This record gives sequence, C-alpha cells and structure tokens, in this order.
Amino acid sequence: MQAFDYVSAGSVKEVVSLLASNNGRARLLSGGTDLLVQLRENRRTAELLIDVKNIPELFAIHYDSQSGLWLGAAASCHSICQDRFVLEHYPGLVDAIQLIGGVQIQYRASVGGNLCNASPAADSIPALIVHEAVCLIANQDGRREIPVEHFCTAPGKNAMESGEFLVAVKVPPSPANFGSHYLRFIPRNEMDIAVVGAGAAVTLDDTKRNVLSARIALGAVAPTPLFVEEAGAFLAGKEITPENLHEAAVIAQAAARPISDLRGTAEPRKHLCAVLTRRALEKAIERAKV
Amino acid sequence: MMNRKIQVQAVINGEEVEFLCEPRQSLLEVLRETLGLTGTKEGCNNGNCGACNVILDGALVNACLVLAVEINGRTVTTIEGIATARGLHPLQEKFIAHAALQCGFCTPGFIVASKALLDQNPTPSENEVRQWLAGNLCRCTGYDRIVRAVMDAAQAQEDIS
Repeated sequence: MQAFDYVSAGSVKEVVSLLASNNGRARLLSGGTDLLVQLRENRRTAELLIDVKNIPELFAIHYDSQSGLWLGAAASCHSICQDRFVLEHYPGLVDAIQLIGGVQIQYRASVGGNLCNASPAADSIPALIVHEAVCLIANQDGRREIPVEHFCTAPGKNAMESGEFLVAVKVPPSPANFGSHYLRFIPRNEMDIAVVGAGAAVTLDDTKRNVLSARIALGAVAPTPLFVEEAGAFLAGKEITPENLHEAAVIAQAAARPISDLRGTAEPRKHLCAVLTRRALEKAIERAKV
Repeated sequence: MMNRKIQVQAVINGEEVEFLCEPRQSLLEVLRETLGLTGTKEGCNNGNCGACNVILDGALVNACLVLAVEINGRTVTTIEGIATARGLHPLQEKFIAHAALQCGFCTPGFIVASKALLDQNPTPSENEVRQWLAGNLCRCTGYDRIVRAVMDAAQAQEDIS
C-alpha cells in the first residue's frame, strides 16, 4: 500500500487544524472499509490519514424526542443497528444500514463513510434522505448543514470543500403515524451492491387512511442517490389506494436515469424502480399503521 | 515522515506484544510478517473473503482493513488464540468431525468468525449462522458442512455448560 502518515485525532478542532495545515493531502479514516481498499488500489491518494473514530462527537449515537437522532459520522453500522432508539424510531434506516456488507464490515464501516464515499448505489443514503437527515459539516469558520439529498454531487464526490469534514448526520424525530422502509434488488441473497434501491417514508393522518406527507428516494439509478420529491408530493393529502401508490411509483420511475453496467441494464432497472417504490411505500404504510 | 515506524503495544492472544510498524501496514501484514502469526490468511486483501478474520476488542473484523497502528492499547484474538492448553476449541473439533474443510485456506477465518458468533449468541439458529458467515467465502465445501459444524459446536458447548 502507498505510504502515508497516521494520526488519531482527539477533537473536531484538531481535525480542522490538521486538514488546514495539510492542504488537501490528508484524508479522514473511520472504518476504512472503503478508504483502505481505494488507497491500496491507488484509486485515491493520501499523505496523512486522520483517524476520527476516537473523537466522542464522531462515535456518539444519541436520541431525544425533541432534537431527534445524532449519528456520529464514525459510528459503526453495527453500533447504530444495536441502538434501541434507532430500532424504535428509524426503521427505514435500520433496513438500509444492516444491508451494508457482512458482519466484519458492519463492525467497522460507518454511515458517515457510506455517505462521504458518495456511491450512487450506497444503501444508507436513500434511507437517510426519506428520513430528512442533514449532514453536519465542520470547517475553519465553524459548522454548516446540508440536507443529505444535496450532499452527493457525482459518483464518489460530495459537496464538502477542501478543509471540511463530516461530523455527524442529524435525523429529525419521527412524527406520529410515521413509517419508513428501504429495500433493494440484488441477484443474490446477501453481500451484494444494489442494482436498484428504494426508500420511502410516510406520515399518515389520524384515521390512518390518508397520507399527510411522503418522501421517496432511489439508489443506483442516477449519478447520485435520487430524491424524488414530486413522487412524495403527489401522495400528500391522498387516500391510501393501490391506484395512488401505483401513480407515485410511476412518478418515481420517470425520474430515474439508470445506466447499463455490470450489475444491471437500464431497462430492468427502470422496471425495478416502480416495483421497489411501491413495495417500499406499502411497507412504510404498514409500519405507520402499527 | 511517511515511512517512520510507530511503536504499538497490544494484547494478542492474551499476551502483551510490542512491535514497530509503518502506518501503511495492515494488521494482517504485521500479524503474518512481523509477529509470525501466519494462521491468519490473506485471501482477497480487500474485505470480501473473511480469510483474515480476527476479533478486535470483541468485534469481528477483517485484518486486511485494519491498520496495525489502530490496535495500539487494544486486544486481538487470532486463530492461534482459539485453542487452549486443555486442547482444541469445540469449533475446531467439530470442523474436523464434520470434515468442514477441504483445502483449509478459509478455515481459520471461519473458525474465528464462528467463535465471535458463539461468544455473543451461544445458541444460534441455522439461519443466524448462515447470515453471520455471509462475509466468509469458501470455494470448496458448499458451506453445508461448515454450518453443521458450527451448529454442532454450539450444541456441544451448551451440553458442557
């Protein structure tokens, strides 16, 4: 592997100053499940790795009913999926996060890393989008926030500038009568990358027969994970009927711009968008009714 | 600076160990080449196959995706630490009894992964065993004998306790 230096940072401030003094030559290390592979294959380079997973803010996972969920950017998938508040309030996130790799990857990989790696097929990102998650970014001037749907800008690229890094992902508290789900299509049972992924979140009215609001996002069908705002907006105020769910799925499908690659060709991917969106909505609604 | 060696102290298989490594060296590389613990195998070297599985502070990890400098102050169990002075671990005995290997290259990874499973779930269902071992690849056995060996080892541990 290419040579680099290593430092384990103790605070957000220290990381900001290390990034500034190394001017683009440093990279952040969390679980390393993407970064170390990329460095080994010379797909990325670094002269300094800043290990951020020992910084309390970055490994913390905490929840309160007012401010919602704080997912430290370096918190492992395993620790997130063990958290009882995450399990209770953010089912769609758990669906997605537990799909990332096998046990060995789950123990190391972070959701922050999955986000920063900005793969169009990243499982956690559509789920974060439908949960209205926000990226908290630190830089020399302080901190700024970007909604997750605006974070990825191209395959492997994100909206952070040089000297910036992801501290946490904040997810608002779920309202009453809320449900969410994420699912993907892969040709195997386990351990694969999404051919298409779909996330949905719904909030129902008190009769649980009508949708108050909905959000739908797709993975692996565009250069970035895709927030299909118009598909969710269509459902707002509508009764839950097979026809309305079908229409929302068709709107989501229309927004998808899949390519043909080694994991799938464009036409079946397009077909899958509608099928998976409808199934994600049905499951989210089922959960919202409980 | 990038080639400087860093001193690392850790507990490996119950023994305090001290070594020097470059930041770019993986835990796998140091285990095999610096510490002579060659039971941990290098398969894919990119986190796909599980042949290099070790237990790091109770967590099952791929040693190829951990930097050796990251284990400073921490505890590692490799395949060499699975058997005790009293003899083989039940998992090792059952892998032999069920002939759960052919070429054997993946076996240390499977045994370490299975140990991590039984440590936290002593009575897994067959489905749980298969899910847990999804990150370990074996190209010889077709997995059935491995799964049976793990289930049988769980049962054997249960009978003793």
